[in-house]
Amino acid sequence: MAAPTFEPIRGSYMHLSLGGRPHRLYFEEAGQGIPLVCLHTAGADGRQFRHLLNDEAVTRHFRVLAFDMPWHGKSLPPAGWQDEEYRLTTRGYVDLILAFCDALQLERPVVLGCSIGGKIVLELACEHPERFRALIGLESAAYQPPWYDDTGWLHRPDVHGGELSGALMSGLIAPQSPDETRWETLWGYMQGGPGVFKGDLYFYRVDGDFRDRVGQIDTTRCPLYLLTGQYDFSCTPEDTRLTAEKIPGARFTVMTEIGHFPMAENPAQFRRYLLPVLDEIRAAAR
Amino acid sequence: MSRAETHASMLSLPDLVNGDPALVRRGRYLTGTFLVEIGGTEFLVRVVEGRIAAVEVGPFLMRSWTFALRASEDAWRRFWEPTPSPGYHDLFAMKKLGVARIEGDLGPLMANLRYIKDVVAALRRRA
Repeated sequence: MAAPTFEPIRGSYMHLSLGGRPHRLYFEEAGQGIPLVCLHTAGADGRQFRHLLNDEAVTRHFRVLAFDMPWHGKSLPPAGWQDEEYRLTTRGYVDLILAFCDALQLERPVVLGCSIGGKIVLELACEHPERFRALIGLESAAYQPPWYDDTGWLHRPDVHGGELSGALMSGLIAPQSPDETRWETLWGYMQGGPGVFKGDLYFYRVDGDFRDRVGQIDTTRCPLYLLTGQYDFSCTPEDTRLTAEKIPGARFTVMTEIGHFPMAENPAQFRRYLLPVLDEIRAAAR
Repeated sequence: MSRAETHASMLSLPDLVNGDPALVRRGRYLTGTFLVEIGGTEFLVRVVEGRIAAVEVGPFLMRSWTFALRASEDAWRRFWEPTPSPGYHDLFAMKKLGVARIEGDLGPLMANLRYIKDVVAALRRRA
């Protein structure tokens, strides 16, 4: 039998204050060099970046970091959560990212975010360009026309929220994505806490419409890359194109044979698009 | 896939589903009837504890169903291609594209979504 092997990823728990309340936040990291902070999709967790964290072509030059948002993965909800309805807001999300970067004293990190993470990088580009070396939005747009109008199905006693989340998200994965990574991506969705995916979608659908503000983004202060999967019908390539057209200097790429979860559903295909972007960011840093 | 072939494959649904133990197990808490419309032709699919008990072809005069999945013949044909094009690769993708409609009582659909998606996608194997 082959000997067990070990990945170079380190996991840590950070205690920090968010919104005036103590939180215990889990994050993973690997590599050294330019900090690259990775933001997972709604209703999921940092495991989506495990392939990136294990990719030597990336970790040779970048310190890759991925946290689980509060309420997600191994990060706990704050004390008192049992009587609350979880809702992600633009303000809370930005504060979380800045607090995480400050706590680790990251110097002008790159932020790469997917879906809700892709949307929040637009906000970071708008409000805090000086704090980041570059921003990468995956499946990112200032606005996406909704494909459902009742997120209530995601959190009610007669429908299993995890099973439903997995079944809904299955359609956002490209048919070409390998079975193993497809099902691992869906497993993450099936494991979400009750109402958490729904709470994230509040930001995605209601609180995160940036159409009136994307024009203010100045890519000369911080480069912005937008990459969207061909099979993503939640944030379509067309949605991203409309956003990119409003931002002079934004770099827009359509990723073929990829859906809404590039780094998780098809890591091999995704790195073909990501590595050139990271090379460019690194070249600019020299 | 011609119209006759599309209809023939709908009628082959019981064999495809009932011959897949994992799929039957996934639907074991679902009993009911849903409607599939393919370009004006309606099919009633009767599910009993995850097995397809019957597929009937319309037209129907006064029949009950719980939820309906409706799309044009062209949309279903694209959906059942071995590697569908973007927008035709998923039921909700077709809904967003405006080429499919999902109607009726969505509760049983949402509670059994993976099963129902897998049932309609079962025909993809033959395409």
